[in-house]
Amino acid sequence: MSELASQADLSAEIEAISKEYGAAGVTETDVRLDYPPYRSSILRHPTKAPQQVDPEGIELWAPVFGQRDVGELEADLTIQHRGEPIGERMVVTGRVTDGDGRPVRHQLVEIWQANAGGRYIHQRDQHPAAIDPNFTGMGRCLTDGDGVYRFTTIKPGPYPWKNHHNAWRPAHIHFSLFGTEFTQRLITQMYFPGDPLFALDPIYQSIVDPAARDRLVATYDHDVTTHEWCTGYRWDIVLTGSHRTPLEEDDA
Amino acid sequence: MTLAPTPGQTVGPFFGYALPYAGDSELVPPTRPDAIRLHGRVYDGAGDPVPDALIELWQAAPDGSVPQAPGSLHRDGYTFTGWGRAATDRTGHYQFSTLRPGGASPYFAVTVFARGLLDRLLTRAYLPGAAPAQWPSLAARADDRGFVFDIRLQGEGETVFLTHAQD
Repeated sequence: MSELASQADLSAEIEAISKEYGAAGVTETDVRLDYPPYRSSILRHPTKAPQQVDPEGIELWAPVFGQRDVGELEADLTIQHRGEPIGERMVVTGRVTDGDGRPVRHQLVEIWQANAGGRYIHQRDQHPAAIDPNFTGMGRCLTDGDGVYRFTTIKPGPYPWKNHHNAWRPAHIHFSLFGTEFTQRLITQMYFPGDPLFALDPIYQSIVDPAARDRLVATYDHDVTTHEWCTGYRWDIVLTGSHRTPLEEDDA
Repeated sequence: MTLAPTPGQTVGPFFGYALPYAGDSELVPPTRPDAIRLHGRVYDGAGDPVPDALIELWQAAPDGSVPQAPGSLHRDGYTFTGWGRAATDRTGHYQFSTLRPGGASPYFAVTVFARGLLDRLLTRAYLPGAAPAQWPSLAARADDRGFVFDIRLQGEGETVFLTHAQD
């Protein structure tokens, strides 16, 4: 009874939602929680609108992560094992700011991703692609004084998943970010330019506004690319604005 | 200047090797005499437990102050950093060992992530008696070692999730 939908069925659903969004004439900047083409979301999205509250106390601050928490080498995902990982070595870098354009300084950025063959080191990932013994696909860093993060890693491959028949995720890197206050917490995914799977993917398409979707796509940057070593991508991240009155030390 | 924020995306199914870490849910060692447990289950709209959710906790210290010490990822066993992370188990259960938050209206600030949930949700788990009357789903209940706070993503008793007004 629970026969998987075809890609054609899924694409038709995505197209219908997209048309409805276009006709509504209201710009949505965020992802939709209720996006039925992503089948797993059907029973896992709240049905009631969130209640608006003023943040108070603890919510006006973020947890503090320091050098004690994150080692410098954790930002290089290619040196975590004895040998070189397989695939396209690349640097991903960018700036984290809040909605007012202020750099988010010294805050934690975590990433995780599949290897070059599209395989995660995870027992639930049973996709029959090779596990790379030299690549785990997990890294951390702190943003610097300008809000800049930088990782060295391997370009992940696309991989199949079971949302519908012949479902493939576009290549992506998961990003977890903290702002200067708790309300800015964000987990998202960075994609690569020109991916042919974009139109087919219900998770990417769950951001129904094309301009908002584009904000998740990195830019190839030849100035980040280095001679005889790696390619480079740039991806800037904007968290929501801060409610807290900036202290002098925040802007120092 | 207001920049358009980067949209969220689901944490997906494979965060399990990346985000959880040793000691993540132990803001203080559970053997500490004043340690309490905050725990509960995460349920979906069919009432089934969600085994692939991740809960984050951020809270005031017992005296009501906001902790500002690093060490949430490399815990020393002594510093109270106020922050923790717990993945749900196969039965949808999560738990933290921590301290009782202080302040005038004490609560734990809670973030919910899960496969199938396209963006993180923010909520509060209030200590008994502290929750606003219109939000009974945000009241944690006391048990013998601390507090129980169940999270319902959808359906009957759906947890109230919060958004914070922007200036």
